[in-house]
Amino acid sequence: MKLTRRDAVVALAAVGGVGASSVAARFDAPRAGDGDWDGAGADASAASADLLDVMDAAAAAVFPSDVDGRRTFVERYVVGRTEDRASYREGLTETAAELDAIARDWRDAAFADLSVETRDEILRGLGVETADPEPDGTVSERIRFYVVNDLLYAFYSTPTGGRLVGIENPVGYPGGTESYQRATMPDAGADGTGEEEETDG
Amino acid sequence: MAETGTPADEDGGVGDGVDRTPSPRADVCVVGSGPAGALVAHRLAEAGADVVILEAGPRFDFSRRAAQMETHLRAGMENPWEMGGERDAYTTAGRHYPLNAARVKGVGGTTLHWQGMVMRLHERDFEMRSRHRVGADWPLSYDDLKPHYREAETAFGVAGALDNPYAPPRDEPFPLPAFPPSHSDSIFAEACESLGLDMHSVPNARNSEPYDGRAPCQGFGTCKPVCPSGAKYTAESHVDKAVAAGARLVDRAPVQRLEHDDAGERVERAVYATPDGAEHVQSARRFVVACGGVENARLLLLSRSETYPDGLANTSGAVGRYFMDHLFAGVGGRVDRRTRQNHVGFNTSECHQFYDDDSPVNGLKLEFLNYAGPSPVIDATHAETWGDELLGQLRESYGTHLTMGALVEQLPRAENRITLDPSRTDDHGNPVPHVEWSLDSETRRALRRANEIQRRVFDELDATVDWVVGPENTGPAYHQMGTTRMGSDPESSVVDAEMRAHDLSNLWVVGSSVFPTGGAMNPTLTIAALSLRAASAIESSM
Repeated sequence: MKLTRRDAVVALAAVGGVGASSVAARFDAPRAGDGDWDGAGADASAASADLLDVMDAAAAAVFPSDVDGRRTFVERYVVGRTEDRASYREGLTETAAELDAIARDWRDAAFADLSVETRDEILRGLGVETADPEPDGTVSERIRFYVVNDLLYAFYSTPTGGRLVGIENPVGYPGGTESYQRATMPDAGADGTGEEEETDG
Repeated sequence: MAETGTPADEDGGVGDGVDRTPSPRADVCVVGSGPAGALVAHRLAEAGADVVILEAGPRFDFSRRAAQMETHLRAGMENPWEMGGERDAYTTAGRHYPLNAARVKGVGGTTLHWQGMVMRLHERDFEMRSRHRVGADWPLSYDDLKPHYREAETAFGVAGALDNPYAPPRDEPFPLPAFPPSHSDSIFAEACESLGLDMHSVPNARNSEPYDGRAPCQGFGTCKPVCPSGAKYTAESHVDKAVAAGARLVDRAPVQRLEHDDAGERVERAVYATPDGAEHVQSARRFVVACGGVENARLLLLSRSETYPDGLANTSGAVGRYFMDHLFAGVGGRVDRRTRQNHVGFNTSECHQFYDDDSPVNGLKLEFLNYAGPSPVIDATHAETWGDELLGQLRESYGTHLTMGALVEQLPRAENRITLDPSRTDDHGNPVPHVEWSLDSETRRALRRANEIQRRVFDELDATVDWVVGPENTGPAYHQMGTTRMGSDPESSVVDAEMRAHDLSNLWVVGSSVFPTGGAMNPTLTIAALSLRAASAIESSM
């Protein structure tokens, strides 16, 4: 399955972000020991990687394996949707930086430079899969909220994620009022959702 | 209002520069901006009246509606309509009533989060005492309300069709074409045909095509609680029209009490508070209470005086009593085929075949849901895994669910009531509403009957029955009714057929609190029709 430009634009529209640019955000200075988490000794000076790199790397673990065009989707979604949401963007940036710092501390490498399997191990090692998504919680809860759930929401509220499950017009996506009447899910491109010609990734 | 540069002490401590100080004595003061208050305010402002609307909650900026949808869908985010906390505190006795899940305080009121199903009551609903010796007769008939139903359907932009053989008589088509039936409906139709059950379309207050400056449905699938496209009607529409016609809206201004003249014949003032804790006095020639099925009664009870020691307009003792809701009955399961659920957040077919039956006498309508089972995006953000493992779980959980629902009538009983709880106060120091609610045996019998019909359909479909909601675990449909009932007799009712209080000549009460009985149809179209009838009466009084 390919993520399309339409997916990214819709994901942006769904959260009120407009004018998505391709400018990758840079991390603000992370705060070592931020929040309640105190186990990894996050190294602020080492956390200089690109926000997009970390989110795309997380998406590689969080999205299903058979997805193309991921980085473009994440770029537009992550950057675009946070432009008008300053506090959310701050939380996202800080949390991604912490995740990167944890990777450097635990595995001596930027999160994005690790294998998908190792990223998955780090996330599960932090207990993110069972953590409550809390924007003001522990680092595991914040990673669940700002990184994992942010990506899952974007993915499964667009046709590409929905189609993998069997619904071309998933909840959260403005896919019109034709699809609910159909007996079957048409091929991508045949229903106005996830047109292949818009694919750019 | 809303002039930039309003002194800080005039915006009530909100910090937005909006003037929240009182207006000079108005022709009409409307308390509440849900559908009842909005329609009255609009009609009277259009007629040239000087109208002030006092709304307890905020105005929610439409540009944030998509972000509110995300708030609803994602785990760990807040209630999109900000209900809860000390402002909205309440207590219950008997069966728990989840009041704050059932209402919204804000410009537009509970239509901000409503489903948008808009059926007319049946003729018999107005005559339950005469026909069946239960409940109470309304002081007006279906024929009296019929022209106002038509006005209400036009106001909302109802999408519907004339294919329901059980609907009460009507003289005109609906303003908008009905939404076509769903694929899921077609599955149910096979079983219903075999069983002799008639399916038909269901009227929706949702644009099937552009109407009244609002977009057609975009298919976000989140009608309840948030429609990001604006296709679903909310009373914001008529608040805006009222303001355009000259009405003044003051938000974040909960009315604390109404005060009457020395003779106890007319209401003189509404005392409202602003977030800074200051109290303000809005005087008016007429007052319209439109705060919802619980707060209508509460405001009257909070307005007790030496003349009305049991509460304003409560000589009958009926204020707060006869609290009713509709009860939900449902069956859910799975079939061995794709059911295509959760594309849209509204229903397209129902069955009203059993509505007018008399054993049990309670009204009953059946629903065929288009949003049965889980939604992948909601499941994903709540799952305890991700990647391919999550995808596998979602593929297993989505795709073959079916659900039938039903609404069942609850007849009025005096012991079901809203009172004030002196042991707990809200953010302004007022006693909170106390909800006493229970179910009677006839309502339970009607719930069992709904379940029996639903199970027959599932059996016919060879569907599994994975869950049943019936007499033992039912819950309310969030339609609070009955607490300021209308009637001809001042000894037993609060307002008359024009919704004017028996006790005070310039006080009207509108909304579902005036329903003497509740039927089993979603109440908002009837709320709107009654409000338009009240508006005509108020206009005639000016």
